[in-house]
Amino acid sequence: MSPLPPGLAPRLVSFCEELRGEGVAIGTSEILDAFEALDSVPWTREEDFRETLAATVAKSQEDRRVFELLFDRYFFRAAESEALDRGIGEDHRYDGGDGLDLNELREAVRQAIADGRDGEMRDLARLAIAAFGRQGEGSGVIGVDVQRIRRTLGLQSQRRGKDGDVELEREQINKFERHLRRELERDLIERTEKLPPSRPLAELDRALPTSPAQDLAAVHRAVAQLKKRIATLGHEQRGRRRGAVVDMRRTMRASLDTGGVPLKLKYRPKHPRRPEIYVLCDVSTSVTSASVFFLSVLHALHDSFRKLRSFVFIERISEVTDVFERERDFRSISERISREGGVADVSGYTDYGRVWLEFLEEIVEDLGPRSTVIVLGDARTNGREPHAEVFAQITERAGRTFWLNPEPRLYWNYGDSVMAAYERHCTAAFECWTTRHLENFVNVVAGGTPLVPQG
Amino acid sequence: MPDTPDPGSVADVKESLGEVGYLADEPAALVAYLAQRLGKPVLVEGPAGVGKTELAKAISRATGRDLIRLQCYEGLDEAKALYEWNYRKQLLRIQTESGADPAAEAAEWDSVHGDIFSEEFLLTRPLLQAIASTDPVVLLIDEIDKTDQEFEAMLLEVLSDFQISIPELGVIEARTHPIVVLTSNNSRELTEALKRRCLYLWLDYPEVEREMEIVRLHTPEIDEQLARRLVEVVHMVRQLDLKKPPSIAESIDWARALLLLGADDIDGALFARTMSIIVKHRTDMDLVAERVGMKLGGVQGLGAEAAG
Repeated sequence: MSPLPPGLAPRLVSFCEELRGEGVAIGTSEILDAFEALDSVPWTREEDFRETLAATVAKSQEDRRVFELLFDRYFFRAAESEALDRGIGEDHRYDGGDGLDLNELREAVRQAIADGRDGEMRDLARLAIAAFGRQGEGSGVIGVDVQRIRRTLGLQSQRRGKDGDVELEREQINKFERHLRRELERDLIERTEKLPPSRPLAELDRALPTSPAQDLAAVHRAVAQLKKRIATLGHEQRGRRRGAVVDMRRTMRASLDTGGVPLKLKYRPKHPRRPEIYVLCDVSTSVTSASVFFLSVLHALHDSFRKLRSFVFIERISEVTDVFERERDFRSISERISREGGVADVSGYTDYGRVWLEFLEEIVEDLGPRSTVIVLGDARTNGREPHAEVFAQITERAGRTFWLNPEPRLYWNYGDSVMAAYERHCTAAFECWTTRHLENFVNVVAGGTPLVPQG
Repeated sequence: MPDTPDPGSVADVKESLGEVGYLADEPAALVAYLAQRLGKPVLVEGPAGVGKTELAKAISRATGRDLIRLQCYEGLDEAKALYEWNYRKQLLRIQTESGADPAAEAAEWDSVHGDIFSEEFLLTRPLLQAIASTDPVVLLIDEIDKTDQEFEAMLLEVLSDFQISIPELGVIEARTHPIVVLTSNNSRELTEALKRRCLYLWLDYPEVEREMEIVRLHTPEIDEQLARRLVEVVHMVRQLDLKKPPSIAESIDWARALLLLGADDIDGALFARTMSIIVKHRTDMDLVAERVGMKLGGVQGLGAEAAG
């Protein structure tokens, strides 16, 4: 096959370096693998090149997502900076935008998107920018421009057109948007003759899709994964022999096979620890996006832990264990909770202090050293009395207390967040806004070791 | 180690997989090609029922190699995966010896000792079989995520050096280079060390077009329109939040069933009668009947019918 061109090796290494910077674990051996693999495929085809590289360096779905994001950005920037160095530019790239009828353009774009023709989409993206630039409306902020062009072209997903318009997939529209973005970036680079500073991928790009309702399915996929992991947690330890106790009776029985010589040792099965769990979930508006996610986590937990009691709270607290146990479907659960919960009193703002008082009163008898209390909330009291001392009483009675905060640790204790006052009393407090955080937490609860070090 | 056979190009691999009834997409073909070319194990991950195991079988058919399969499960240990001494036979051997003249016994001990740890008393398990085989093989390690981490660690020696050390016999090295495919349903995170040694492939449910090709490949008699309709319905079902989404194999089963029933279109009633082929949970069935059944023109009130 064609040997790699000389300039490629350092580029690849620096690309891997950038991947490492985003938290993808790449060993030297993997980079070597990548080189070896690229030797045996025609690297001149982008698809092959990308797949080969991905197969050798990105070893999980999460890594693969980061890889895709970075791959596009890295090689786009590399190409652009090379073009700048050599002074290659396209001066008249947006010619021909003048004579265009906006309606024709709209139709053409819709058609191209529906057919998924890549090259055409790129050309049309250029035309759209040209037609758009003619009206002198460019804002200079790429994101804003993209959205404005998209609106002008009337691109919406899954809307059945009245007069036989083609139905567009969201995925396809996103593709077109990427082209728009890319062309605008290129335009900007050529105008300013320098690359914009490279930023780390915003963490939120990779965060859980918690917010709008349409992403519920994505949350569910994440939780379904989690559910499987919880179900197998502890099994790993059960399967191991190390530290197990020999079961004499079964060992003697097995020795009959081997003429009375106990060759095979039989062990007592180890039972994983199944804690009693109390989950308190904030469902107020300040955590709306997160609470959808948390409720579905609760839903998943209910399948896996038998002794689990769930509570939701805003100003007051209410037990919802039976709702979760009776209803299988997540949607009806969230409807019933918002209908029957009765947790909002007047204002709809969280009142942590009152919640602790009520919780303590209701549950104090049952809390014991075997119980684990998990609080899901942002600890924003809206200026009300936090009653940290009541929370301390709860934590004293319970064996372990964990706090999951849907806000990044950076925002804790700013504004009306009183996280520090509560964190003092918790066994541990976690930020929880990606699946990885969540998995880490589940691992701790189930008695495993944390995946990522705290702090 | 002997040379790995030249698999040609990516397109060749894709074609040969297609000939044995596996329609691989670009990434899958590429990784299969690289696996043969570089002699590296492949780790295939993805939801259940997308054809991970089938890929390994197809590679074995396409390359004409034997398939050796190690099905992983919780508590799988070396004795079941690598090799085991045949205690009973060894005991028997010792007992027949001691039945003879006691004076000769001491002299014979040496020969017995050497004897009972020979290959005759060795039970080979899949991994050893794959390594010791004189013909090149495909080794499939299925559902590796079901085992524990210690087992993974044990695999490392096999996967990177293709050798197994047996204390009594010495190191057994691979005579041929096996193609190794590991599959995982992603129910737990595999160790970095294992991943580092593998090529990675994520298989997902295929696009409508490709799944249609797959269905038509396995049930050639099916009408194109019907096949499209069927695959679209299956895709609709997969969109829902189900306990067990329908696999590709189940789409094929469904296609066969429809063929037997002589159906030429999927309407609400037919769907209600046959959906048990693709949906296999009580709660899932309710959900599917409600969401998909309605869409299929449930004029006769299909939802009620399925619920009743």
